[in-house]
Amino acid sequence: MELKTPLKDNVLERLKVGDKVFLNGVIYTARDAAHARLVELLKKGEETPFPLEGQVIYYVGPTPSKPGQVIGSAGPTTSYRMDPFAPLLLKNGLKGMIGKGARSEEVRESIKKFRAVYFAAVGGAAALISRSIKKAEVIAYPELGPEAVRKIEVQNFPVIVINDIYGNDLYEKGIRNYQKLEL
Amino acid sequence: MRKIDCVDITEAVAELVKDANVFLPDDVLKALKQGEREEESPVGKDIFRQIIKNNEIARNERMPICQDTGMAVVFVEIGNEIYIEGDLEKAINDGVRKGYQEGYLRKSIVNNPLKRVNTGDNTPAVIHCKLVRGEHLKITAAPKGGGSENMSIVKMLKPADGKEGVRRLVLETVLTAGANPCPPIIVGVGLGGSFEKAALLAKEALLRSLDDRNPDPDIASFEDSLLEEINKLGIGPQGLGGTKTALAVKINTFPCHIASLPVAININCHVARHKVIVL
Repeated sequence: MELKTPLKDNVLERLKVGDKVFLNGVIYTARDAAHARLVELLKKGEETPFPLEGQVIYYVGPTPSKPGQVIGSAGPTTSYRMDPFAPLLLKNGLKGMIGKGARSEEVRESIKKFRAVYFAAVGGAAALISRSIKKAEVIAYPELGPEAVRKIEVQNFPVIVINDIYGNDLYEKGIRNYQKLEL
Repeated sequence: MRKIDCVDITEAVAELVKDANVFLPDDVLKALKQGEREEESPVGKDIFRQIIKNNEIARNERMPICQDTGMAVVFVEIGNEIYIEGDLEKAINDGVRKGYQEGYLRKSIVNNPLKRVNTGDNTPAVIHCKLVRGEHLKITAAPKGGGSENMSIVKMLKPADGKEGVRRLVLETVLTAGANPCPPIIVGVGLGGSFEKAALLAKEALLRSLDDRNPDPDIASFEDSLLEEINKLGIGPQGLGGTKTALAVKINTFPCHIASLPVAININCHVARHKVIVL
């Protein structure tokens, strides 16, 4: 299905694990160092470089763009490193996260509690994914280089629902379906 | 005695890191195509297709396959009959700097593990030198991404843990890693040596061709059985469930102390990059 950002509650209610979604609209990039700064701002009660309400954060540090390119290769980074920061962002209105790999129990609880969604993009398919990115602009922390916060506009960015508001987890479900060896 | 100029080493390293990040080795591409045919999960098959398509785009448009263009790990085999004029380490780092700049590759190195300021040019490289007989200089560049490196471990087992202990550790490590290291993965295992030797053996195992056969028949069959069992764990491509979690398991061994059984497991994502040049 196709979705437009920012994400609304009635849309989040329809999303179920395993759904293949094509995202459209503005999303923001942030990874390790930017997350630490965003959370520091929230803890001090200061304003974040972009409004969190209804927004989606993509965990990515793209390669530099070549002349004429909107962005370089831009696949997802592993999400668990953002787990210490995600619950506070969700509490402040963040509705979607895109990355790869399983989330902590605390993040999964926050996704349920604050009604949000965690999507995975295909790790390592970075050149392919860059084709879905139509605009990109650094809006905060340029000194962080690849870790700067970018506002990007995506068109039909293919992602898959890993954690929905109902507390389901696609990684757990996926493994159960194919596991023939228990440790 | 043959003289090798540092300028040539810098040029060679720059080309290696640029090429390695854009062109996947043929054996890995072949394994991905085989994976697509054999994967039983429809979602997993689709992931394989996207990965293969991504490699085609990278190749055609000279774009990095993955945004994580890695830490530059460089192996150098120095023939004892050559003479290197200048500073080898500097020549390699100059090559990394040049290649990452010219190739529009991501600069992913921070200057200090705790202070964490980006060095801005992807240096320093991790360099492993080995002195061998001969009149050549062999350089292997293996850019290594953080996601799969983070899922790697070194563990000192007891000799009594034996083969079963090694088997369990490999399977547990892969299962715990789940989707994080971007499966389908390649598993490099270092068995024996000392604490640091095991880690190096595991990294070197990742440089082997996926098509090769371990010359030790016992280890070759251990590689086969581990691959089979890993693929029964159900993790699948990108951890979404499936029958192809790993493309290969490679084990490199070394004699060890009577008290020890060192095991290192170095996981590589499907973007298994390395490129070699002999000067």
